[in-house]
Amino acid sequence: MRADGPAIVVSDIRKSYGDLRAVDGVSFTVAEGEFFGLLGPNGAGKSTTLEIIEGLRKPDSGSVRILGESPWPRNPALLPKMGVQLQASSFFERLTSKEQLQTFGSLYGVSRAAAVDMLELVGLTDKADVQENNLSGGQRQRLSIACALAHDPEIVFLDEPTAALDPQARRNLWDVLRAIQARGKTIVYTTHHLDEAEILCDRVAVVDKGRVMAMGAPAWLVRKLDAQTQVIVEHGTVTVEIARNLPGADKVIDDGVSVIIATNDAGLTIKALGELDALNKAQVRTATLEDVFLHLTGRAYRE
Amino acid sequence: MNAFTSLSVAMFKASIRDKAALFFTFMFPLMFLVVFALLSGVKLASNVEIAVVGDSRVVAALQNSEGVNIQRIKESSSAIDMLRDGKVAAIVVSQGDTIDVRYANGDRAETGPALAKISDAIASANLGAGTTPPKYAVRQKPIEETAFEPIQYLTPGILSWGVSTAAVFSSALTLVAWRRKQVLRRIQLAPIGRGSVLSSRLLLSVVIALLQAVLFVAVATLPVFGLKLSNQWWLAIPLLILGTLAFFSVGMLLGAICKTEDSVTGAANLVVLPMALLAGSFFPIDKAPDWVKLITNALPLRHMNEGMLDVLVRGKGFDALVLPGSVLIGFTLVVSAIAAVSFRWEDK
Repeated sequence: MRADGPAIVVSDIRKSYGDLRAVDGVSFTVAEGEFFGLLGPNGAGKSTTLEIIEGLRKPDSGSVRILGESPWPRNPALLPKMGVQLQASSFFERLTSKEQLQTFGSLYGVSRAAAVDMLELVGLTDKADVQENNLSGGQRQRLSIACALAHDPEIVFLDEPTAALDPQARRNLWDVLRAIQARGKTIVYTTHHLDEAEILCDRVAVVDKGRVMAMGAPAWLVRKLDAQTQVIVEHGTVTVEIARNLPGADKVIDDGVSVIIATNDAGLTIKALGELDALNKAQVRTATLEDVFLHLTGRAYRE
Repeated sequence: MNAFTSLSVAMFKASIRDKAALFFTFMFPLMFLVVFALLSGVKLASNVEIAVVGDSRVVAALQNSEGVNIQRIKESSSAIDMLRDGKVAAIVVSQGDTIDVRYANGDRAETGPALAKISDAIASANLGAGTTPPKYAVRQKPIEETAFEPIQYLTPGILSWGVSTAAVFSSALTLVAWRRKQVLRRIQLAPIGRGSVLSSRLLLSVVIALLQAVLFVAVATLPVFGLKLSNQWWLAIPLLILGTLAFFSVGMLLGAICKTEDSVTGAANLVVLPMALLAGSFFPIDKAPDWVKLITNALPLRHMNEGMLDVLVRGKGFDALVLPGSVLIGFTLVVSAIAAVSFRWEDK
């Protein structure tokens, strides 16, 4: 069944802490080789969902199958096939990057050389002999991902890998994540950066209050929203009156820097703007996952 | 390398890279040794009890010395009994011009001051007699074969304390740090027996304890300190291992209960320091009230101290290991059972 079966099947899992329903009936399937994102604000239940899938927690009800097997109770046959990076950067004390990888690798019976290969994947070859506590935040995050990969697992779980990173470090990490997917791994990751999920993930599940609000390819979710597109032209190129009368145009705002035209038919609007020769330095802003979230929950997204 | 070896190596590297911990593990006990060796030479404020048999100028001089209480005894055999029971620090038997001075093994703090008082009294009696050669001939001998310099009883006590401190602190801190940094969860998610993780950490503690002992004894045997080891010193090795086991389990228990490194450090101090004082690691507790002695007998460190003293210095054989060994093993079993029940993989 392994050949074609999905990598992960989550069926209606629930978990409550007292009155708090942390996970309230979550179901989804992840195909092999897929990059799947669980996204939502802090406290949405993403981490608890991930921990149940990893087998760290027992769900109150529902079931999880990873490569056809149950992760709970602790399943030693399944563990080598899973690589887990935890929310905190969890390392052994005072070991260098290389030693961290070798030590984590040894927990899975991996040779020292094979474990160290992962340094190259995450771009830390030159930091091999630097102690973990002397690495930057981004480097430490990449090392912790390398440690999750040390035993060459089939499925990789990453919990908020890009949280607390500066923009440059985040982009470096995206390259790492794409490289991991290129190796044929299935990746499940949580994030509260909606923009990032949109760029990286094949499919996402938007989670809020322990429930999956929507699921699918980011572009599909956005398109399904059928939201207005904003066409933004430089202030002075068209007047508000002209803009308002453009085909498809709805609301128009002139903030003194730009004229922002909300349109229900971006194609027509842009074509008309082109005829007016007003497209110099124009921008088009389509709806994002953030708009999807806003639409689904009726409240603005707060990171 | 398998997981056990690899983990052991990793933890050993981590511990030798922690300079502060190295200091507290290896140099701190040595500092205590130096301080207490110096202190033990200082005269104590309390009066020393000396039993006297017979009479002479020496006895008279002794009676006039400050800080000495004389007990006149008829029979020297009953005086020796008093000495054995610790009721007096020394005996002076005066017969004609011969003065016999007997004292107990030196693990009693008052022996030194008592002998100093006696030799002062003899000197002053000889001076009073004014003869050459001196009138009073002195024969000085302990009631058992070996005489103890302070270093002889300080070494086993402070070494036991050093080993217990290192075992409690390092294991407790590792457990708390691993839980807080979620290393425990990573281990939970790896296909490795929990036994390998625990035993590799325990191995590290045992290795550190043996290294501590080697360094400590090496320093104490320097001419400056003058420790003389018994021929049975190697019997201290099983005792060191059992002691490490006992205090490792205390560390595991504290690590299971406490959430942060700070709180576990405080808790470990709260356990180890009073225990070391009550167990007589730094100074003998022979003079303590009976109820205190009752408490000290319940302390594993007390038994480790005694056992170490017996095999390192008193030259006792394997028999001397039976009681301390049994107490330490029993203690380990009870405490590690409680630790296992209190153990948590993660903070709630």
